[in-house]
Amino acid sequence: MAAINLNVNGKTVSVDVDPATPLLWVLRDHLNLVGTKFGCGIAQCGACTVHLNGSAVRSCSLPVSSVKNNAIVTIEGLSETGDHPLQQAWEELDVSQCGYCQAGQIMSAAALLKRNPKPTDQDIDNAMSGNICRCGTHVRIRKAIHSAAKTQSKN
Amino acid sequence: MATTHSRRNFLKVSALSGGGMLISFSLFNLPAEAKALDDMIFTPNAYIKITADGTIVLFAPNPEIGQGVKTSLPMIIAEELGVDWKKIKVELAALDKRMGRQTAGGSGSVRGRFTELRTVGATAREMLTTAAAQQWNVPVTECTVENGEVIHKASGKKLSYATLASAAAKLEVPEKPTLKDPKDFKLIGTRVKDVDAHHIVTGKPLFGIDTRKEGMLFAMVSRAPAYGKTLGEVNDAAALKIEGVKKVVKIKNAVAVLATSTWAAKKGRDALVIQWNANEKLENSAEHFEMFKKALEKPAPTEPTRNDGDVEAAKNGAAKVLDVTYEIPTLSHGQMEPLNFFANVKDGKVELFGPTQVPGAVRAEISKLLGIAEENISISSPRQGGGFGRKLMTDNGVEAALISAEAQCPVQVQWTREDDMQNDFYRPAEMWRYRAALSSDQLLSWHQSGIGIGRGVRGDSYVAGALTNYRAEGQGFTSNTPTGWWRAPGANTLAYVAESFMDEVCTALKKDPVAFRLELFKKAKEQTVGKINYDPEKYKSVVELVAKMSKWGTKTPGVFRGFSTWFSFGSYVAQVVDVHMLDGQPKVKKVYCAVNCGRVINLSGAENQVQGSIVDGISHAMFPKVTFVNGAVAETNFNTYKFLRMKDAPTEIDVQFVESDEAPSGLGEPALPPLAAALANAIFAATGKRLRKMPFAEQLA
Repeated sequence: MAAINLNVNGKTVSVDVDPATPLLWVLRDHLNLVGTKFGCGIAQCGACTVHLNGSAVRSCSLPVSSVKNNAIVTIEGLSETGDHPLQQAWEELDVSQCGYCQAGQIMSAAALLKRNPKPTDQDIDNAMSGNICRCGTHVRIRKAIHSAAKTQSKN
Repeated sequence: MATTHSRRNFLKVSALSGGGMLISFSLFNLPAEAKALDDMIFTPNAYIKITADGTIVLFAPNPEIGQGVKTSLPMIIAEELGVDWKKIKVELAALDKRMGRQTAGGSGSVRGRFTELRTVGATAREMLTTAAAQQWNVPVTECTVENGEVIHKASGKKLSYATLASAAAKLEVPEKPTLKDPKDFKLIGTRVKDVDAHHIVTGKPLFGIDTRKEGMLFAMVSRAPAYGKTLGEVNDAAALKIEGVKKVVKIKNAVAVLATSTWAAKKGRDALVIQWNANEKLENSAEHFEMFKKALEKPAPTEPTRNDGDVEAAKNGAAKVLDVTYEIPTLSHGQMEPLNFFANVKDGKVELFGPTQVPGAVRAEISKLLGIAEENISISSPRQGGGFGRKLMTDNGVEAALISAEAQCPVQVQWTREDDMQNDFYRPAEMWRYRAALSSDQLLSWHQSGIGIGRGVRGDSYVAGALTNYRAEGQGFTSNTPTGWWRAPGANTLAYVAESFMDEVCTALKKDPVAFRLELFKKAKEQTVGKINYDPEKYKSVVELVAKMSKWGTKTPGVFRGFSTWFSFGSYVAQVVDVHMLDGQPKVKKVYCAVNCGRVINLSGAENQVQGSIVDGISHAMFPKVTFVNGAVAETNFNTYKFLRMKDAPTEIDVQFVESDEAPSGLGEPALPPLAAALANAIFAATGKRLRKMPFAEQLA
């Protein structure tokens, strides 16, 4: 065990954990931020996607000791009141079926829009192919990303 | 709440449910003290709660596994009740004997409950209306309802349901409330977003994996690494040394490690040293398929499930005989939320909470195994991260209860993806041999013979009833690899083979696939051979609609099309898949889908189910398979068990529903079965390669 300081959703927090623990389980079990989901444990499905300094990373395969003071943002910290354009578009277009993968999808999409405010279908294919949706909501996910991009460009 | 209800009311309910209604119970005739307590709450039945502060809660009785019933079932109640959808709250109901079939399976939630839930809503509406009419001293017939208020138009008076709740609670429950004329539906048939949409996109705790309860430990379990192996010696010394690990317990053929965090439980589990003994044959998929092949070369040892005319005699004088074999691999479910379950067995009582499609069966089995009466076992389910049939099995819930009983503490058992994929109840591997005799321009006979692991294959197709000579045979194959239900069981493989073979027949006869099927439906209707288990007119309705939607018969350069249609779970679906070639590989560009599923409840949810089934169909036709090697599963995670990715998904899926006033039929499954054949037929059109073996990607590599 070791005391580790983390910067999560704009706050500094301290946890006492095995340094090899993946960030995912620190978020879920120690910080009670359960919006980030466990899907595969080997960075294949994207359910655990969070932002590390604004980039999408798979928290299931990231030892907490490697995070240092890089800024972590989880789905809980993506926006103050759940009104990020992607969250709004996801609701508006009723994207979810079971809903389990969607936090990870939104985090991947948010990182995409940050570096590419007007993504093409090809850009979406590239950025979103690391996230699995077993229910098959892909058509609506794509639409929601385009829709959020439009909203962002108006603001 | 339940404890305050008198036996007399409950008995009354039983009588009603025997008559096919599931109105549960009411609060009238309560003992005085209970009445005082409940005076401010109107609970006309187990599905609706109206409190004096204006809160209206509707309970969704069936498990929510992503099929949308937490939204669509309460919509049915709300429609009849006459409330503002935006102002009501929805909760998932716990397992409750007043609520009938609380199962998610067989695409049965909406179709099984449509009339029942309308009656539930109408009952409460009538009681509230009567309460208002009595207060105003006007005839009930002069009162109407809107947005949670009873209105007397002539006098302009209005009273809210909340105000009327206590008075309504004292009224007799109407035996046969009047249902709305469907022409007046305001909510049913509209687009309503999922009731949990906001919680989902903001990452609120909603799922079994998010369960946190006082004093609970996290558990991970070591289960047999191969089918046919059983638990031998266990050395837990290293596991117990890991910081955070609290206990190691043995249950039947498994060892659980309990710890203060998921990670510690996993490290502990991985540190166990266990001797697993092979007591049975360790099976291989390659051998399964060899056995299938041999079996299909001989006449089936089972009685045919259908045998019209004489398929052998039809071959005499045939211009051509088709004789082909199709091969389908074992599949895992791969629902996104790895299995988990919370259990607390304490002082002769059990508390259960977790993902299951069959809470009743989980409770019954735990009751039997632990010797604890069912009334001392409570079970409820959160929203679930997918089902697809995996949780029609009870193992995850039962295992958690056994671990809690053994460890004597509340426990949340968490499965890893590898645990999930290596301990599934798989969609069984199958092989099918299809034969047809053709004249120069007619289909003379159809003979299908199949074999599959476990209970075996069954079923026929719409050809039965339209053709003089038709024979269907199916047989099972005993194996120690477990099989179970996988979305649209039976139909998902049968439709692939039958509709691909139908395309082979059309190609050989040089017939248009749409026109040829319409010819068959005409024959089935006008010159029916034996019994038919489908409605040829409804088949026709979807085939014609999808032909119109896709402009079937027109050609777009570089686009190749496949067609397929299938009837399952009461619903009819027809699909056209458009593929184009990208770097020498076919890619699905667009899918058109026509559906006849009776009345649609939630248009957004229904369309989502259909689009999802189509993507699911593409994914499983193209990519994954499970291979047994010496009893073990070779594909244990998503790096080798492959799903469709965004780049493989169509950019457009056009869905239309045939307008219907009939009661809703199934929708969680029916759009999946036809897809694989429509895709295979499109790939044939594009490449000339007939895909008789799944997964297709391997065949195209």
